[in-house]
Amino acid sequence: MKILVVDDEVDVKTLFEQRFRKEIRSKAVDFVFAFSGKEALQYIDQLNHEAILILSDINMPGMSGLELLKEIKQKELVPKPIVMMISAYGDEQNYNTAKSLGADEFLTKPVDFKLLKEKLQLN
Amino acid sequence: MSLDKDYLLQKSKEEILKIFTSEYPLEKIPEFIAEEVSGFGTTQDERAHNFQEFMKILVLQYQQSQEMGIEVSFVEKPFHQWQNLSKDLALLVQEFDLSIKSKVGVNTIDFRLSSLFEWKQDSWKLIHWHGSTPVNVEKDAWHVTEWQKKNDELKQKVEEQTQNLMLKNEQLQKAKEQIEDTLKELKETQDLLIQSEKMASLGELTAGIAHEIQNPLNFVNNFSELSNELLEEIQEEIENKDFDEVKAICQDLKGNLEKINHHGKRADSIVKGMLQHSRASTGQKEWTDLNGLADEYLRLAYHGLRAKDKSFNSELKMDLDPNLPKVEIIAQDFGRVLLNMINNSFYSVNEKKQQLGESFQPVVSVSTKLLDGQIQLKISDNGNGIPEEIRHKIFQPFFTTKETGQGTGLGLSLSYDIIKAHGGTIKVESKIGEGTSILIEISQKKE
Repeated sequence: MKILVVDDEVDVKTLFEQRFRKEIRSKAVDFVFAFSGKEALQYIDQLNHEAILILSDINMPGMSGLELLKEIKQKELVPKPIVMMISAYGDEQNYNTAKSLGADEFLTKPVDFKLLKEKLQLN
Repeated sequence: MSLDKDYLLQKSKEEILKIFTSEYPLEKIPEFIAEEVSGFGTTQDERAHNFQEFMKILVLQYQQSQEMGIEVSFVEKPFHQWQNLSKDLALLVQEFDLSIKSKVGVNTIDFRLSSLFEWKQDSWKLIHWHGSTPVNVEKDAWHVTEWQKKNDELKQKVEEQTQNLMLKNEQLQKAKEQIEDTLKELKETQDLLIQSEKMASLGELTAGIAHEIQNPLNFVNNFSELSNELLEEIQEEIENKDFDEVKAICQDLKGNLEKINHHGKRADSIVKGMLQHSRASTGQKEWTDLNGLADEYLRLAYHGLRAKDKSFNSELKMDLDPNLPKVEIIAQDFGRVLLNMINNSFYSVNEKKQQLGESFQPVVSVSTKLLDGQIQLKISDNGNGIPEEIRHKIFQPFFTTKETGQGTGLGLSLSYDIIKAHGGTIKVESKIGEGTSILIEISQKKE
């Protein structure tokens, strides 16, 4: 499974790579990282009908996660990517906006990796 | 004395009286007046040393008579006359009750006139006169009473003026005290305002601070949990005798501990910064990493605004000179300058975004540079720019373009004072519709 993680915090990469050490090694998942909405869009644009799960932070400078979600939805990609949005704890407004924009899942920070793995059916 | 001469003297006397009472045609006057005539009248400027000066007095007198509609009549009192015919000289000494009738009323005065005539070319000509009106003071040949009167008047005037001055002095003293009180009140108000401006910007910061602390805290939690799990994995790998993997995990562990430390410090510096910001300035300069400060405040301002307005967003650009030396500044004050400038930039791009919508991509950038011993800090945005007509006002206290309640109007004014206190300069470059750049320069000092 290809997973695109979008977050402006660079240490997220280390975190995911260590958290999913075994899964990466067993090639159950393949992580790609983008550090801004723009970078993520560039990556998505060069996808060739590849199934992908996008895990994006909402609160990012420049293009926010919600704007990215809107762009992705407009692209009508085939196959349709699964989009999971991550935001700060207790952020009702962003949760509702993400839902209305068609987000498939919503996670709050700090990310509960056990829960994430369950959702990704990796357990 | 010949009869003719005597008759002519009487005639001249009468004509002279007519002249002195403005009843004689001016052009005929030279017939009775000698070229070298001299004399004195009652008033200060009635004095003549020659015919021209004599005529000057008369012309003025004639004019006044006409303007005021003066009519003069007189009653002659017994007079004294002296002649020396052999020397062709005659002296007339006369006293009159002079009645002067004018538009303002009738004035009767005593008038004394002495006139000296000389027989010249078959006519008597006036060569000297002295006219006066007596002051009504008896037995006072030296005008002592008059002096005393004047002296008393002067004394009274001096006293009045002294009183006046004392009163004015008192008023001035009161005004001075009032001004001092007002100044004191103003200073107190200013202190309060500075504090409230600080607290207002702190309020804007709070949400940003929550986000900025939450993020490193998440990392601290994540990496420590992860490290705990990695320790378990190490044990597993030891049992499996896969020592290469053990080494790799140890390497990761080391990295994670560094990250925990890094993010812990990040949260720490934010909390300290916030506390510093709210406290009164210590005024203590310290060697500061300006890049770190700029980075911290750019993020705080950004997240602060985002927390208030979810629809707001802007690209953040940082171009920080890695070779920038530490600078000796009052970090807390400098942080406030940064926060004010960055907040203004965000405000401006946000305003433009609301006007132009999706087509506009807001960008706020912060850069640092070391150039010719000068440390440059630049805060730029691609917002609406500052109109030329208000550019000179932006550093004035209480000047704001924001809506009431949105800004104190003190941000830039305080920033200006802070940079000045650091011996630095602050320049504004702005183009309408294109954006604004604020350039702060301070000289580099060796640590």
